[in-house]
Amino acid sequence: MNRLARREFLKTSGALAAASLLPGCAMEPTAPSRPIGRVIVIGGGFGGATAAKYLRMWSTGTIEVFLIERNAEFISCPTSNLVLGGTKTLADITRSYAKLREYGVQVLRDEATAINVEKKRVSLKRIEDLPYDRLIVSPAVDLMHEAIEGYDAEAQKTILHAWKAGPETVALRQQLEAMPDGGVCVIGVPRSPFRCPPGPYERACQIAYYLRKAKPRSKVIVLDANEDIVSKPALFKAAWNDLYKGTIEYRGNNEIKAVDARAKTVKTDFDTIKGDVLNVLPPMRAGDIARTAGLLTPNTRWCGVDWLSMESTVHKGIHVLGDATLSAPAMPKSGHMANNHGKLAAAAIIELMNGRQPNPQPVIANTCYSFVSDKEVIHVASVHRYDPAQKTLTVVPGASGVSSARSEIEGGYGWAWAQNIWADMLG
Amino acid sequence: MIRNVLAAALASGAALAVPALAQGADPNLGRNLAAACANCHGTNGVSLQGMPSLAGQPRTYLVQQMQDFKTGKRPATVMHQLAKGYSDEQIEALAAYFSAQKAR
Repeated sequence: MNRLARREFLKTSGALAAASLLPGCAMEPTAPSRPIGRVIVIGGGFGGATAAKYLRMWSTGTIEVFLIERNAEFISCPTSNLVLGGTKTLADITRSYAKLREYGVQVLRDEATAINVEKKRVSLKRIEDLPYDRLIVSPAVDLMHEAIEGYDAEAQKTILHAWKAGPETVALRQQLEAMPDGGVCVIGVPRSPFRCPPGPYERACQIAYYLRKAKPRSKVIVLDANEDIVSKPALFKAAWNDLYKGTIEYRGNNEIKAVDARAKTVKTDFDTIKGDVLNVLPPMRAGDIARTAGLLTPNTRWCGVDWLSMESTVHKGIHVLGDATLSAPAMPKSGHMANNHGKLAAAAIIELMNGRQPNPQPVIANTCYSFVSDKEVIHVASVHRYDPAQKTLTVVPGASGVSSARSEIEGGYGWAWAQNIWADMLG
Repeated sequence: MIRNVLAAALASGAALAVPALAQGADPNLGRNLAAACANCHGTNGVSLQGMPSLAGQPRTYLVQQMQDFKTGKRPATVMHQLAKGYSDEQIEALAAYFSAQKAR
């Protein structure tokens, strides 16, 4: 608290600082005594943590950065399906925030409860509110349980989404372990867009992988609100046919409208389906803080941004990253994309805080690896560049594609991708 | 006429100051492009495992690899798709940036 109180006095004007900026000067391990300004980052996921690190690294320590994160450690959603499959543990996909402090990021374990846009202050649960010069909001998604009848607080105790990696991931794994041989696991997929487009189908693979070994008479039924598999459909269908025939049953155009936790059933327009384990993903929207701060684009569940800076189209001075954004065309809500949003925003904020314009031609890329078994992986990749005419990022013609086939080579790349991106965001 | 063009360019803060950059006014072009490679190849091209480190590799080698991915001469799982997203100038900027980074 004392340290924080002192920080309060360090908030400075941008003017004197710009003059003292020297290109190439060494980054200081802690916040400099005369920063050119302060950026608060809400949310230490793929977007927020990356932005915090890169702001410190690229500004050579001249921008003071606070990272507000409610969890003690980072737990990765990408690769968390492997915990369900049983080949990885939660510890394998958990990383510390400690190294970010070496970059001078002030990591605060806290939760942002409100944003005062006029006064440029963030209200927090545990300490006094903090002022900022620019704000980054990287709140991921929140889940619209209310969209599904019966999916109330009581039902949520036994019907899990496990779409935010952590204790629920472990709890879902335990439900699968407790399931009798011959049991049924139902996975409900909401209408697109949702976080991690290939995620539900990878999950079906991982659960089937476990069931085949441990309880081979069991089944996975995928009830998809979408017409067809949203991401890498041909590759997933090939994996299901070759590896999990008779175990995975896929039903497109089957939106779950209601759940009954006691009867262990889900309802679509056509059927009532009973399952021993129900894993229902509700529709998703931008995280709560984005909504309460009024950052949603009217008539949408997401936050519109200027793709040159990630700055909100509603409130100047606030940048939104990751899953919470109103996605550009063919841009998935992925951790990889959020990481690149973080860098794009960091670069733009440094220019803006120094009185310059952001890079007019950003280029970012996406690679999503999905584990279809313990070792075999498929990918989808794309390069996105700014199109000044459309004022958005669009896929560069010809620069996208999927795996030619699932492979163990990509299995190695998939796990290495995780190690490298976690290090890229966390230090 | 010429004066008007100059005035417009100055007002927009455009490329005049750095005419050598084909891609416009971004003085951090290489750094910003390279950041999108770091997800897989590590921050500033220093990879932990799996993917090759790009930091400190010879510039001409990096350009050649990217061009070979682009044309399909070098087979790949994903790089043949990603390489097609970058112009020759952008590949030059990427290679210059990574070759100047310290390998660890």
